[in-house]
Amino acid sequence: MIGKTLLVLLCAVAFQAHAALDPAQVRRLAADDSTEKVAAIRQIAQTADPDAARLLTAMGDGNLYLANDKALIIDGDKAVDAATGAAVKMPAEPESVTVNNRIRGELANALAALKLFDADPAIRLASAQKLQSNVNADMAPLLAKALEKESDTRIAALLTTAHAQANLGNADPAARLAAVQALAEANSPSIKAMLQPLTDKAGEPEDKVRYAAIETVKAIERRLAMGETLGSMFSGISLGSILLLAALGLAITYGVMGVINMAHGELLMVGAYSAYGMQSLFRAYFPDAIDWYLPAAIPVAFFAAALIGVVMERTVIRWLYGRTLETLLATWGISLVLIQGARVLFGAQNVEVSNPSWMSGGIALMPNLMLPWNRIIIIGFALFVLFLVWLLMNKTRLGMFVRAVTQNRPMASCVGVHTARIDTLAFALGAGIAGLGGVALSQISNVGPDMGQGYIVDSFMVVVVGGVGQLAGAVWAALGLGIFSKLLEGWAGAVIAKIVILVAIIVFIQKRPQGIFALKGRFVE
Amino acid sequence: MRKPFILRLLSSLDSKQWLALGVFLALALVAVPVLHLAVPEESAFHVSTYAITLVGKIMCYALVAVAMDLIWGYGGILSLGHGLFFALGGYAFGMYLMRQIGRDGSYQSDLPDFMVFLDWKELPWFWLGSDHIGWMGFLVLAVPAAVAFVFGYFAFRSRIKGVYFSIITQALTYAAMLLFFRNETGFGGNNGFTDFKRILGYGITTSEMRLVLFGLTALALAATLVFAAWLVKSKFGRVLTAIRDAESRVMFIGYNPLWYKLTIWVISAVLCGIAGALYVPQVGIINPSEMSPGNSIEIAIWVAVGGRGTLIGPVIGAFVVNLAKSWFTVSFPEYWLFFLGLLFIVVTLMLPQGLVGLWKKVMEKKGAVA
Repeated sequence: MIGKTLLVLLCAVAFQAHAALDPAQVRRLAADDSTEKVAAIRQIAQTADPDAARLLTAMGDGNLYLANDKALIIDGDKAVDAATGAAVKMPAEPESVTVNNRIRGELANALAALKLFDADPAIRLASAQKLQSNVNADMAPLLAKALEKESDTRIAALLTTAHAQANLGNADPAARLAAVQALAEANSPSIKAMLQPLTDKAGEPEDKVRYAAIETVKAIERRLAMGETLGSMFSGISLGSILLLAALGLAITYGVMGVINMAHGELLMVGAYSAYGMQSLFRAYFPDAIDWYLPAAIPVAFFAAALIGVVMERTVIRWLYGRTLETLLATWGISLVLIQGARVLFGAQNVEVSNPSWMSGGIALMPNLMLPWNRIIIIGFALFVLFLVWLLMNKTRLGMFVRAVTQNRPMASCVGVHTARIDTLAFALGAGIAGLGGVALSQISNVGPDMGQGYIVDSFMVVVVGGVGQLAGAVWAALGLGIFSKLLEGWAGAVIAKIVILVAIIVFIQKRPQGIFALKGRFVE
Repeated sequence: MRKPFILRLLSSLDSKQWLALGVFLALALVAVPVLHLAVPEESAFHVSTYAITLVGKIMCYALVAVAMDLIWGYGGILSLGHGLFFALGGYAFGMYLMRQIGRDGSYQSDLPDFMVFLDWKELPWFWLGSDHIGWMGFLVLAVPAAVAFVFGYFAFRSRIKGVYFSIITQALTYAAMLLFFRNETGFGGNNGFTDFKRILGYGITTSEMRLVLFGLTALALAATLVFAAWLVKSKFGRVLTAIRDAESRVMFIGYNPLWYKLTIWVISAVLCGIAGALYVPQVGIINPSEMSPGNSIEIAIWVAVGGRGTLIGPVIGAFVVNLAKSWFTVSFPEYWLFFLGLLFIVVTLMLPQGLVGLWKKVMEKKGAVA
């Protein structure tokens, strides 16, 4: 099959090599008037001749000259006839053909169109993609010709839209109608803009075509709106995954010990700075493996944050057992110390943490819906962490003890659970998860000493809405808050969305003080 | 037969305390003005404008601290949103001050400068009457009271307490801060109100006006202390303390904690509003950062440092912490947050009763030795 295609292509090339360019057209390339040059370029492009590509490339490079009323291509000390390609004697005083910006753009388009006939499908594909955004009516026959020959379905699809766009300005209403109908499947804002003039009477006298254009524009608008909604859903899920990472640790410590760790946001910051530290380390010592700094930062961030958590628990929180309001104040004090510590160590300015190369870019699902890789990876990472936490809480002895202490501390203690040790371990675990969240945050937001401050209220809201000590509650609350706030942001702006969410949560707690998923059981206050 | 109100009010402080209060007022209303106006500037006894502004500002903070102590020390409810009520009072009085600028603003318009900047043609409805000091004085009390009542009613009705309540109040002030940061809200966006010129037509930067504001703040603080002393010794105060210590038992006896909590909550908010209104003309600026969660939580540390559940404690705490802050931020700006953070930790860990508690312990030891 490929052999056959190649053969056909070779035949075509061989056949076209004989068809020389029209010397009169070539002469017009060197005309004084730009408009005439443009017309000549367009007509020469129509021939789909490999010679045409050579000629136009030479013109773009500034190698086209006029001597004795004949167009020549002069490259170094060799001169050839532009039309036939035959070598000629070097003329005495060749006159260079001016190529201004308008001509240069026209040449680029023409060359792109000519590349549609290239033997290499990759070049054809690139050329077809380039032509999506700028086609003119003159290209229609050329595109039709290319379309006829094209065997690759992907390129053919691109060519169909390009051809249809070129035909929108066709004088024949039937051709215009066909073009409009061919564009009905399109979903890019630029095609919508191109069809817009055809929707009113001034732009399109033919009723049938106009109605078809109106229908098509509506269909495109519907698809664009869907893309936008999907986009905000996606950023909602992405925000939800961040909230989840921030709130998981808080849910564990709050569930087990009933204390709010106001320094939790600063543990996120510690995680983010760990990523920054690993990046600097890799830059200095392993510049070849710089893309691997992020996986290396994950354990470092976990243990750095967990270590700080253990120190906090052993030195401060343990001594305030049962005095939750004082714990709140003391952990706030710790957060101030951590913030100022980060300022002294790393400076008050934000530091730069760059995405590894495998995290940049994204998947374009629709022209207005792009899913960036870093967000997708963070969602995956959040799910992974969630899975690990679930495993730890439900399938290990430590998890069982943690759950026991959450449900009933004195009883757990009575049956031999070392509650003080569980407190330390649970606190370390919660802090470590915050560190992991910090690594994820470092990839999508600024890393600075104050970065954690904004998350403490949000992550506590997730814990409150989800219900204390409930993983499932935290997951649903994080996703719900994320999606809800992104959708609201789309309608009302970021600040109003935030206020509405906070008010909604305050109202929500009126109705369900225990959160969505209340722990079952009886409690004595 | 119950004693008349005035007698009960008088008996809420003992003679030593009345004497201390009298000395304080004499200092603030007589000594400071004399030392500021009559003593020449080179003299060591001259009280500078800077000192008056600083002490005046800290007295406003002390007022907030007493308000905080009423709700936290006596009611057992830790609010992390008191900065909101303080700022609301400040904004209400700030609106009056903005209108007093008149046509002296940089755009020479009847409207405040920021509205001209936003290209607004007339005052929004909630600025109606903002040029009458009486109405704005009423709003200073009414707005914090209304916000506190609505929020408190719903929060206390569903028996939100402990850290839940603290965090929700923090969310409340955070949301309000975001709201006030918006230019469209109509309170000057993130610049807030500043560049005040006069009150009741008198220049705001004159020595006399500063002394009047200083004296008013001292009077407000003194009156608040007397009122609070009476309140916590009244039957209401006793029930409140009982609710703090054992809410369920108080309920079973037949009291409804909702109205007790709500009353002290609203009183506390109104006191904060008054403090805010006195603060703004002395400091000369009010902006949304007053509502930042960090500011509100700092109020709690003043109370904790001084000693919760005592009335003089918060005043001492506000002075100690804020004088330390003024000194640190000038001499060692790098270390202020370390100091403040460590203060939070040390006070909660080692001084649960604050400086007043420490003083009492020291005195007891002395007594035991002697």
